[in-house]
Amino acid sequence: MMNIKALTLGLLSISFMACAQNDNTIDTLEEDYSHEVIIDNIEIPWGLDFFEDGSFLATSKEGQIFYHKNGTTTKVADVPNVYNRGQGGLMDVKIHPDYPQKPWIYFTHASTQGDEDGGHTALVKADFIDGKLSNMETLYKASPNTTKGQHFGSRLEFDKDGYLYMSIGDRGEREVNPQDISRDAGKIYRFNDDGSVPEDNPFYTDGNAKKAIYSYGHRNPQGMEIHPESGEIWVHEHGPRGGDEINIIKKGANYGWPVISYGINYNGTEFTDQTSQPGMEQPFYYWVPSIAPSGMTFVTSDKYPELKGNILAGSLKFQYLEHLVINENGVQKREKLLNKVGRVRSVKQGTDGFIYVGIEGVGVVKMLPKS
Amino acid sequence: MKYLFVLFFIAYNSYNTGLEFESENSSGYFPITQEKDLKQSIKDGQGVYSGFCMRCHLSEGEGVEGIYPPLANSNWLAEKRMESIKSVKYGLNGEIEVNGKTYNNNMTSMGLTDREVADVMNYIMNSFGNEDRDLSQVTLDEVSSISEE
Repeated sequence: MMNIKALTLGLLSISFMACAQNDNTIDTLEEDYSHEVIIDNIEIPWGLDFFEDGSFLATSKEGQIFYHKNGTTTKVADVPNVYNRGQGGLMDVKIHPDYPQKPWIYFTHASTQGDEDGGHTALVKADFIDGKLSNMETLYKASPNTTKGQHFGSRLEFDKDGYLYMSIGDRGEREVNPQDISRDAGKIYRFNDDGSVPEDNPFYTDGNAKKAIYSYGHRNPQGMEIHPESGEIWVHEHGPRGGDEINIIKKGANYGWPVISYGINYNGTEFTDQTSQPGMEQPFYYWVPSIAPSGMTFVTSDKYPELKGNILAGSLKFQYLEHLVINENGVQKREKLLNKVGRVRSVKQGTDGFIYVGIEGVGVVKMLPKS
Repeated sequence: MKYLFVLFFIAYNSYNTGLEFESENSSGYFPITQEKDLKQSIKDGQGVYSGFCMRCHLSEGEGVEGIYPPLANSNWLAEKRMESIKSVKYGLNGEIEVNGKTYNNNMTSMGLTDREVADVMNYIMNSFGNEDRDLSQVTLDEVSSISEE
C-alpha cells in the first residue's frame, strides 16, 4: 500500500514538473513577424548599439567587435584578456550619448586580468573615430577572479544625467556576493563617463563598500534600458528555476537575492520560502517559469504601432522575442514574437526605428514591420 | 605564482644540465599521461556539471522536451560517443534526434579544458540512468585527440 502511494506521488510530481515548463500566460501570434539577416558571421551577438547615422557596433562573445555600415561589416577589434568560458566572454557595448563630441565607446567582458585564476567582469572604454577603434582602457575590473562559468551580468546603459550603469551577476556565489556591498558581483554599478565614481553614489562614504555600487541583491541582470519617458533605469535578471525579474533600479536599494525569490533551485528544492521582506524591493514583474531573459529595449518608433511604448526582451530558453505590454500597474499582456527563431541574446531599436535582434547561431537580424 | 615560476626555473635548469650527460639517442621521448581515477573524475565532473550544464539540462539530466535534449537514458550519448565529447568540447549546432524526439538548438563551446570535458562526460555517463549502459571511461587522451573537423 505504501509503495503504491509513493509511486503515485512520484508520478504526480513528475507530471507536475513537466507542466511547470508550460507557460500559459503568454500568447502566440497568428501572423508572426518576418526578419532579414543583416550579419550572419557572429556566433553569439551579445551586444548591439547604434550611431546617429544608422551604422552600428556588434560584439561577438568570442572577443571581437564588429562595425556595420552601409551593408558592410568590418572587424574593428580583437579584445585582449577575454575569458571566454561558460557564460563569460566579450559582452555588451555602448556608445557615449554625446558621440561624436565625446568619441568614446564602452564595452564589458569577462576578463582574466588579476592575480587569481579564472575571470571576472571588466568595463573598458575606447576611442572610436572614423570607423577605427583605439586606446582601450580598463575602467573597472571586478575581483576576485573565479573559474566558475556563471553570472557575469554585462549590460551597460547611460541615464539622462550622463552616468553610466553596469550590471554584474553573482558569479555563482549567491551566499557570498549579492548581499555584501564590500564585495563585487550581484550588483548594479554607477560611474562617471571617465570611469571615476560619482561622490553621491549611495555607499561612497562607507569605508568597506565598493564605492561604485548603486544597488545590490541581484542575481544576473542581462537586460538594462533607460525608460524613454521617466528616465528610470529598468533591468531584467535571470532567476534560478522560476523567478526571473524586471526591476526598476533605485539608488542604494536591495533587490533581495537570494534572501527573497520567486524561484527554486534547479533540482526542485527550495532555498528560501520568502518572496518579500521589509527593506527589499519587489520586482515590477516576475516570470514563472523562467524564460532566461537577455537583452531589452523599449519601443519608441512608429514602425511597429502595436509595440510602441512596450518592452521587448529576448528569451534564451524558449527562443523567441518577448513583447510585454506594460502600464503603471505592471505587465498587462505577453506575446511571443519571432517564435522559435533561436536563442535571443540581444535586442535594440536602431536609429532608423527598426528593431534589431542578436540571435545565437543566426547573427544580427532586422525584424520587419507588418505592412 | 612567483614561487611556482622559481620552482619551474630550477627544474628547467636541472633538466638542461641533466641532458648534457645523456647520449644523443635520447631525443625520442613520449609524455606520460596518467589517467585520473574514474571515481575522482566523476566527482570532479559533478562540479563542472552544476556550473556549466545544469541550468539547461537540469539536475537529473532530464532536459526540456523540444528545447534542451535529455542526457538521462540518452541514446545519443550511448550511440554517438565521439559526437557527444565533441559537442561538449566545441559546441553543437543544428538538428539532432534524441530518444525519438527532434531537437534543433545551438549549444556553444563552454571553454572547458580537455580535463574538464573528460570529467563531465564521465559524470554524465555514470549518472541519470546512463550508468546501466556500462560505457567505458572517457580519458584525457581521448578528448585531446578529438578535433573540431
